[in-house]
Amino acid sequence: MDMSQIKDTAKQDVDVAVSVRGVSKNYGDVEALKDLSLDFPRGELTSLLGPSGCGKTTLLKIIAGLLEPTSGQVEVNGKTVTGPGPNRAFVFQDFALLPWATVLRNVAFGLELRGVAKSERESIAEKYIKDVGLAGFENSYPHELSGGMRQRVGLARALSVDAKVLLLDEPFSAVDEQTRRKFQEDLLALVKNENKTFIFVTHSIEEAVYVSDQIAILLPRPSRVSEIIRPSGFRDKPVDQIRRDREYLDIVDKIWASLRNYVE
Amino acid sequence: MKLFGYKLPAMSSLLLWGLLWEIIGQMDVTFFVPPLSEVFVTLFSIIGTPAFTKALSETAYAFSSGVVISILIGIPVGILMGTSRLVDEILLPWVNMFLSAPLTALVPVLMVLFGFGMKSIIITTVLFAIWIIVLNSRAGVMQINRSLVEMAKSFGANKMDAFTKIYFWAALPEILGGVRIGIIRAVKGVIIGQLLISIVGFGALFELYSANFLMAHFWAVLIVLFALAFCISEILAYLERRVAYYAAKR
Repeated sequence: MDMSQIKDTAKQDVDVAVSVRGVSKNYGDVEALKDLSLDFPRGELTSLLGPSGCGKTTLLKIIAGLLEPTSGQVEVNGKTVTGPGPNRAFVFQDFALLPWATVLRNVAFGLELRGVAKSERESIAEKYIKDVGLAGFENSYPHELSGGMRQRVGLARALSVDAKVLLLDEPFSAVDEQTRRKFQEDLLALVKNENKTFIFVTHSIEEAVYVSDQIAILLPRPSRVSEIIRPSGFRDKPVDQIRRDREYLDIVDKIWASLRNYVE
Repeated sequence: MKLFGYKLPAMSSLLLWGLLWEIIGQMDVTFFVPPLSEVFVTLFSIIGTPAFTKALSETAYAFSSGVVISILIGIPVGILMGTSRLVDEILLPWVNMFLSAPLTALVPVLMVLFGFGMKSIIITTVLFAIWIIVLNSRAGVMQINRSLVEMAKSFGANKMDAFTKIYFWAALPEILGGVRIGIIRAVKGVIIGQLLISIVGFGALFELYSANFLMAHFWAVLIVLFALAFCISEILAYLERRVAYYAAKR
């Protein structure tokens, strides 16, 4: 597939929220990312999918401003990223909750760091705790919650700072399968209802196809975008119809066919 | 512990040892061991005397200043060492050296440098207490979950926020452990300092009592010190248990 053509068409008719331009990242002699360019349309969910070691998380952390690219740049709403900023919020694979703080303080922690007054940030946090379905657990500690509930806390924290771009680093990989499915459905609702741009790292093909408006397939050593897939037919179907959709199944098979050679 | 079906109160073994002491004392085996009852009688008779209260207040002053200085310097230095490779490289050999060094040998040097008084005793106390606090704070920070630091950064934490809201709390169980051991060492430090300088506080009392073979007095003062050290250690152990709810789950 011709990469430049895809980018050009994307630029013409899609509003781009985050744009990665020629980003390379070296760790010593190892090239983790090489000259990677990718656009993320506003208000949509884009998955970064690839075998382990393909640099998906590295790319996500560069977009977050947690890592500096060796060369190239990332633009969020036309502004070059120089570090973490209030326009992006991160959801961590291992939840990254403060074990000594209650759910309420954890959810409010992003706002606390931004200097929002206590009563204000707590009322915002309470709203999002309710939104993610954790009402009644405000004063619980993370170790009293299940893995899935902990990630809901992580999600509520990211939502409560009201960033326009949400960065999710394999957020569901540490929760069990059933919770994970529920999360995926909730995520679809979230993308539909919130006008935010989601960048979603996953290693699960089915998950990527299920939740994404756009899937970027990354291939490793050094990492590059090999393909961009935009599922079109089933996005507006009810959540329980997606997994039996013809196009869904075709895309899953197609992605597996192109990835299987890279799996040891 | 249970004995013949009865639950024994905590520390009942102390009673047994106290009884043994009393018997040996009554048997008059050696004048170094007067009966425990005599020691306690002496204890209550000297506890209100000006010499004793003066010794106690001087010791408390030296001890608490030494501990406060050790904590205020030790924790930030330890956290700094845990977060900065450079600071760690520069300081770690010295910290390790001082931790294991026979500090008692340094006290005469301190006396020459800082005089025969309170200042030397406080510095001795600090030298005994601070290193383990530094090392434990450092260890606490080094085991911190990296993603907590990244999380704080991604939400816009500056260096100070990261320090006070993440590193300190994440390392708190280790820090408290270090402070507890440091304080126990400070008890040693303050007594050793006083003994070597021997004109201040309990050091002066010990010197006086042992020189005049007042063994009951000597033991009485020792029991007071042991009891104080034990209480302080228990209070800190209690604080440690307060943070235990997250210590294992970081």
